[in-house]
Amino acid sequence: MIRFLIRAFKEIFSNLFLNAVTVVTIAFSVLIVSAFLLFFVNVEAMVSAWIEDIRIMAYLRQDVSGDDISEIQFKIEAIEGVKAVRFVSREEAMEEFRTQLKHQASLIQHLKENPLPDAFEIQVSPEFQIWDKTETIAIKINALLPIEDVEYGQQWLERFTSIFKLFELAGYALAGLFFMASVFFVSNTIRLALYSRRDEIEIMQLVGASDGFITGPMYFKGMFQGLLGGAVGLSVLFSAFSLISSNIGQMFSEVKVCFLPVNLQIGIVVVSMMTGWLGCYLSLRRFLKS
Amino acid sequence: MTEFDDTPEAKPSDDAIAPLIRLFHVYKRYGAKTALADISVDIAEKEFVFISGHSGAGKSTLLKMTYLGEPVSQGQVVVDGLNLARLSRDRIPLLRRKFGIIFQDYKLIPTRTVYDNIALVVEAVGTRGNLIDKRVKSLLRSVGMEDRQKSYPPGLSGGEQQRVAVARAMAGNPKIILADEPTGSLDHDAAEMIFDLLKKFHAHGATVIIATHDTELIRNTGGRVIILKQGCVETDTVIPKLR
Repeated sequence: MIRFLIRAFKEIFSNLFLNAVTVVTIAFSVLIVSAFLLFFVNVEAMVSAWIEDIRIMAYLRQDVSGDDISEIQFKIEAIEGVKAVRFVSREEAMEEFRTQLKHQASLIQHLKENPLPDAFEIQVSPEFQIWDKTETIAIKINALLPIEDVEYGQQWLERFTSIFKLFELAGYALAGLFFMASVFFVSNTIRLALYSRRDEIEIMQLVGASDGFITGPMYFKGMFQGLLGGAVGLSVLFSAFSLISSNIGQMFSEVKVCFLPVNLQIGIVVVSMMTGWLGCYLSLRRFLKS
Repeated sequence: MTEFDDTPEAKPSDDAIAPLIRLFHVYKRYGAKTALADISVDIAEKEFVFISGHSGAGKSTLLKMTYLGEPVSQGQVVVDGLNLARLSRDRIPLLRRKFGIIFQDYKLIPTRTVYDNIALVVEAVGTRGNLIDKRVKSLLRSVGMEDRQKSYPPGLSGGEQQRVAVARAMAGNPKIILADEPTGSLDHDAAEMIFDLLKKFHAHGATVIIATHDTELIRNTGGRVIILKQGCVETDTVIPKLR
């Protein structure tokens, strides 16, 4: 095993420039893809935090009586995912509105009639604070007859979701593209190395060396390059992140950004190692067949 | 008439023991050109055999057929009980380990030291890590190259390179040594030294097959000689040692 590793490292150092270029290519791909992931992770965290504060407002029709209100409240509380329901009378709503308007309260003091409807303020359970589930709850509430309208920031959510999904799609496409480019590059650099050593490989085959003996160090080399490329890519991203996040912290104190979670970092490194392995596999398969 | 027609003809006797190598109606074709035609040869264990003939007679091709350097076009080759036609790709290394192959152009790895050239083979045949060094040094000693273990092949003379190649061929304790024009690029003294080494390994029990057109060395050594002409066996005879 030790001699196996020695051979692998000897191969790396015997063609240092080519191997360094491979590592840099993988590192660059990892950097781009990880930057996208970092963006998604933080945007998703921000949206999740925003959703935690989300309240569904269900507005009642004007003709609903006091007995009906208790019954509706009971029905809403029975819906799965509803944590708490608070009745907000039209008077209470007007008072809150007036408080919110502060100095502009005079704008509504000449109103002859309170135009605000009675409403329910509904809190959603934490496990239902996901866009799709919140929407399901809102639809169920809206289906209750005395409810005139339901608001939960759906337009904003829809728009944001579609933009986010577009970014996500672009991210996946880019990740796939960089993955393929890395595999292509690794396989080509390994093929170059193979062709420069084809006499040596032929000799090894002639003396009875198994394919495993010949290719083992190359697979190890490919995976090691992937490991190194992944680590370098993530390190560069972390340095850039540290620099940018401190500036963001100074400018927007409410915005909290975080780096990629450890399991995701491990995943990225594993994928970049697989990239090295796959590049090696593709070139070796073709080379040994020839 | 061949160069050995003046010697008493004595073909190897057929006995009940299966030959180590059997070529049975073997053909090798490269497109329209036939390199070997209907070759049937048996080689017994521990034999010392010369394959002779002019350039292009098919000597090297015949050797290649035995270790699957190239596949036969037609016919059967059996080596130490292995039918090569039925040998799967992953078992080819097992076949090759039965052979120690020596080439005219040595085929040493120029970027590796003498020591590493041999260690690579010793390791490839599955020698345990702690025994590799001992084995390599022993092989180098057996060919008188222990002082040059740190040298690179391009820095050695032809004779020295071929001695390293012989040591490498012996690295896996092969049953059969194939030498394809082993002295073709060497001066007389170096050629004799290589032949002496091959004879030494034969004396230790290896089957030695040498493809050569060096008739002087064949006469001086004696033994079984298979002469090829235009891809066919012209004669298969045993000649006595001249001196």
